[in-house]
Amino acid sequence: MTTMTVSGGSGAEETLRFHVTEGHHPENATLLGFWLYLMSDCLIFACLFATYGVLGREYAGGPSAAEVLELPIVAVNTTLLLFSSITYGFAVLEMQQNRRGPMVAWLVVTWLLGAGFITLELTEFAHLISIGAGPQRSAFLSSFFTLVGTHGLHVTCGLIWMIVLLVQVGKKGLIAANKRRLMCLSMFWHFLDVVWVGVFSFVYLMGKLS
Amino acid sequence: MTLQYPDLAKLIFGRLTWESIPYHEPILIVTFIGVAIAGIAVLGLVTYFKLWGYLWREWFTSVDHKKIGIMYIVLSLVMLLRGFADALMMRAQQAVAFGPHEGYLPAEHYDQIFTAHGTIMIFFVAMPMITGLINYVMPLQIGSRDVAFPFLNNFSFWMTVSGALLVMTSLFIGEFARTGWLAYPPLSELSSSPDSGVDYWIWGLQIAGVGTTLSGINMIATIVKMRAPGMTMMKMPIFTWTALCANVLIVAAFPVLTATLALLALDRYAGTHFFTADGGGNMMMYINLIWVWGHPEVYILVLPAFGVFSEVTSTFSRKRLFGYASMVYATVVITVLSYLVWLHHFFTMGSGASVNAFFGITTMIISIPTGAKIFNWMFTMYRGRIVFDVPMLWVVAFIVTFAIGGMTGVLLAVPPADFSLHNSLFLIAHFHNVIIGGVLFGMFAGINYWFPKAFGFRLDPFWGKVSFWFWVVGFYFAFMPLYLLGLMGVTRRLRHIDDPSLQIWFEIAAFGAVLILLGIAAMIVQFAVSILRRDKLRDATGDLWHGRTLEWSTSSPPPPYNFAFTPQVHDVDTWWQMKQHNWRRPVEGFVPIHMPKNTGTGVYLSVLSFIFGFAIVWYMWLIAAVSFVALLAVAIHHTFNYDRDYYIPADEVRRVEAAHAGA
Amino acid sequence: MSMKALRGLLLLALVLALTGCHTVLMSPSGDLALQQRNLIIIALVLMLLIVVPVIITALVFAWHYRASNQKAHYDPEWDHSTIVELMIWSAPLLIIIALGAVTWVSSHKLDPYRPLDRLGPGRVVAVDTKPLEVDVVALDWKWLFIYPEQNVAVVNELAAPVDRPIHFNLTASTVMNSFFIPALAGQIYAMPGMQTTLQAVINKPGDYWGFSANYSGAGFSYMNFTFHGMSEDDFAKWVAHAKSGGGTLDHAEYTKLEAPSQREPVRYYGSVAPGLYASILNRCVQPGAGCMNMLRMSEPPSGAEAAASSDNHAAMPMAHP
Repeated sequence: MTTMTVSGGSGAEETLRFHVTEGHHPENATLLGFWLYLMSDCLIFACLFATYGVLGREYAGGPSAAEVLELPIVAVNTTLLLFSSITYGFAVLEMQQNRRGPMVAWLVVTWLLGAGFITLELTEFAHLISIGAGPQRSAFLSSFFTLVGTHGLHVTCGLIWMIVLLVQVGKKGLIAANKRRLMCLSMFWHFLDVVWVGVFSFVYLMGKLS
Repeated sequence: MTLQYPDLAKLIFGRLTWESIPYHEPILIVTFIGVAIAGIAVLGLVTYFKLWGYLWREWFTSVDHKKIGIMYIVLSLVMLLRGFADALMMRAQQAVAFGPHEGYLPAEHYDQIFTAHGTIMIFFVAMPMITGLINYVMPLQIGSRDVAFPFLNNFSFWMTVSGALLVMTSLFIGEFARTGWLAYPPLSELSSSPDSGVDYWIWGLQIAGVGTTLSGINMIATIVKMRAPGMTMMKMPIFTWTALCANVLIVAAFPVLTATLALLALDRYAGTHFFTADGGGNMMMYINLIWVWGHPEVYILVLPAFGVFSEVTSTFSRKRLFGYASMVYATVVITVLSYLVWLHHFFTMGSGASVNAFFGITTMIISIPTGAKIFNWMFTMYRGRIVFDVPMLWVVAFIVTFAIGGMTGVLLAVPPADFSLHNSLFLIAHFHNVIIGGVLFGMFAGINYWFPKAFGFRLDPFWGKVSFWFWVVGFYFAFMPLYLLGLMGVTRRLRHIDDPSLQIWFEIAAFGAVLILLGIAAMIVQFAVSILRRDKLRDATGDLWHGRTLEWSTSSPPPPYNFAFTPQVHDVDTWWQMKQHNWRRPVEGFVPIHMPKNTGTGVYLSVLSFIFGFAIVWYMWLIAAVSFVALLAVAIHHTFNYDRDYYIPADEVRRVEAAHAGA
Repeated sequence: MSMKALRGLLLLALVLALTGCHTVLMSPSGDLALQQRNLIIIALVLMLLIVVPVIITALVFAWHYRASNQKAHYDPEWDHSTIVELMIWSAPLLIIIALGAVTWVSSHKLDPYRPLDRLGPGRVVAVDTKPLEVDVVALDWKWLFIYPEQNVAVVNELAAPVDRPIHFNLTASTVMNSFFIPALAGQIYAMPGMQTTLQAVINKPGDYWGFSANYSGAGFSYMNFTFHGMSEDDFAKWVAHAKSGGGTLDHAEYTKLEAPSQREPVRYYGSVAPGLYASILNRCVQPGAGCMNMLRMSEPPSGAEAAASSDNHAAMPMAHP
């Protein structure tokens, strides 16, 4: 009954269906939506990078990037975060095999690596503030703390989210909704990794070289 | 103990004191009493008619895109009254404050008014109106049952409300920013604006901005993923195309605003040096960043209005849209170019001739696709059978008005000309010319056009025409003198003007504002009369205007699920084609329909955001911290709810469809 | 072009006759403003070439194809015509090509940073002409004009000899303002810690209106001053009058002047402390404040040395060619 034969505008007989009777299920838009969110977040980071680019040498008589930044700590930090991305990847592989136990284990490892990253970053911040190089000292330090701190805040959000997901996987298991959420967090986590590579190169390496 | 008491008070109340309440300002007291009486009356009526439960269940917690769309538009119309009250006060002040006369508004009050006017009109009138219209119409046009993320949609709306409330609160507790609507530093820094005004501005926009960005993501995902089968990109209705481009712009521009506001907030709250004059800060960076958002924002507003004009012109000319493909390309070109023009807002900063010329020329290039669009609307009318119902009247007024506004815009894009015209009343006339003549006329056309779809009866055409004529004539009276004053070298934001020979022009402008006031009053009468006479204005067909796109294939108002069967699309003007093929609505074979459940989480999050915003404006650190944690907790708690959908049984669908068929 | 300019002038005459008013931007007294005026007219005429036909055609179409006019041709499926499409894209394109060329040339020719090469139509600036230097400081809420050669400073009054190029250096004390004398030339921002430049010339003696064109706070409406265009002799007299006006504008006096105030009367300072403008620009008028241009260097020298530095542009992070 959904097919009807009528006379078209040209007078020719043609057969057109104007609705579908079978259930129409639009593709799930969550991953696209989350990807769009990540792009919008990426723009926030782009602004902060641009700000750092403009203000990164405005020391206002205070310490310069080369004076305050310490590469060894950041090298450890970077390693932790890169490894956490790999371990999250393992967790996703386990998730796709529907193996809850190993998935949770890898997620816990990821969480610990992320927490280590945040701890080291906070230590660095505390040290800078203690030597009088806090965000109020100069435009360079304002933009440094804001860029690195915003990334740190994102990692912290990721850690909270990870705990929530661990609880939810514990309660409901690897149901479709939880898998979708784990994939979103995975995208988020890898995204933060990419941003960190930018921070590491643009702020730390270039700051140290200058 | 005596020492601890003030500390505790400070912890709870921050810098809020009784002095923050402007009880010594007669204008504000009268306003407050008026708002309080009206508010109590509305609340009393709602209570008397026992509507709270209905409003809560059917509207506030609704995830139905149609209801959210209507709520957005109601919000925007309410805020229009506030923004317009500000405009009237400015016009009145400028009409009297000459020579020895100081006018009736002191500087600290006047400066808040023009800041609030700009902020409210852009963020809380134009934006919600656009978002509301897109929300209502777009899913229907693409043959979808809802948007991609229905809860997110509800949440976005309530965040916008929360931001609007925060801005409104500044009227009665504390003050609003006195910086101009974009709050250029260092004027907006703590050094020059230590009070709470700029903080209200920052947090009001930040909270609303979260809603706008998420809504943008939601709409893009909806258009990309949820189109009916057969609707390829080049078969999307033109309004949907403009909605897509506008939302791409939202997602690509609003994060810049978020970042910029956050940096300004850090300067004010944490003592950083992003935009300060000292400490290595750079105010020019703020001006660049805010316009990287600000210019695309203009196109976020005007593109959907272009979409409305396209739909209305085609429908009321009883003819296919001329040059659909060229319309689409023009829209996309405008979208891309809108990112390459931001510097034209500050040629006078001294960026150098080549930089200025580059941005001037990119700006002019935008007028090519825009010009093409205007020609397309003209050639849509050409060989048509134009019915001049109210929406079509707005189109004609728009074409004439926008051509003038576009011309003065290109003039301002010539850098050396801008050196003379920048910040002048010529500029004010220009952007009101395009925002009123383009965006607002478009929204009014859209509201008159789709109102019958949303409510099942049309708006009273007589009062619609009265409103139309007052608005259009009032607009010309209000803004043409400003062009002239700009050529006389009069700058914007003046509270007092020395030269008394200019007064006549300001009086004419004030007269124009009064005409617009009558236009708004006629609009309110139009709504009231239409509701009272709704039975006479009823439309049972669902296709009052002989529409061309899918929204007109549903009943008016559409059922909660929009379409009992998903449409199959073959042509841009799907519904027109269906009618030509004598399509009949199916009466049997219905299946249960999967729908999202309502939720109050959006409202809770919005209330908590408002408390957080208010607390942080007043340095109430304890309350701010608690409300922020509560915000996170409620959001996380929401994710533990896996039971978010239900099915409308097939019997129910059959009953609803039969009722429409029988009507 | 002359044909178009003529039409533009006719149009302008029409507008003026209709409104019966005097618009300063359309009848300026400085050469830069005059060229900007001509540019506005050229651009306007170029656009009217397309805008007027569009408005008329739109109204004609709307009227002719109204539903009640059953005689009008009705073609509901007509939605494409290659010729028409070509026309509707190329017509605006051609106008914008013309306007773009005008824009590129005029942006460079009328760049406020560019030293003047003419005093008026057909009048070339002599090679050895030295422009009059004026350092402008936008304060809350008044204007300070420092004449380094004449060693005088004036609040809320500006004067310059007719037909001598003026070289303004501009900065501000706290917030952004815009320096604008409509009769003389276009405006330019004055921003704290930064310097902008304006090169202009006044051609006719007279008293002109100057003001801030960028909102700067409570006293903004009164941030006006008079600009006097004078003969060389009168200007010399004006300087002598200013010199006799009294005190020295030194760092302490400036600090007093800087405090926010409204409706400041005209005030003269007979001499100016050396390096004051550089200190204002580099934000080190207060004793102990480091000068921005020096702080930016790796080894900050003493404040006095920094203030004396003549490299004002170091304070301007914006690179200008």
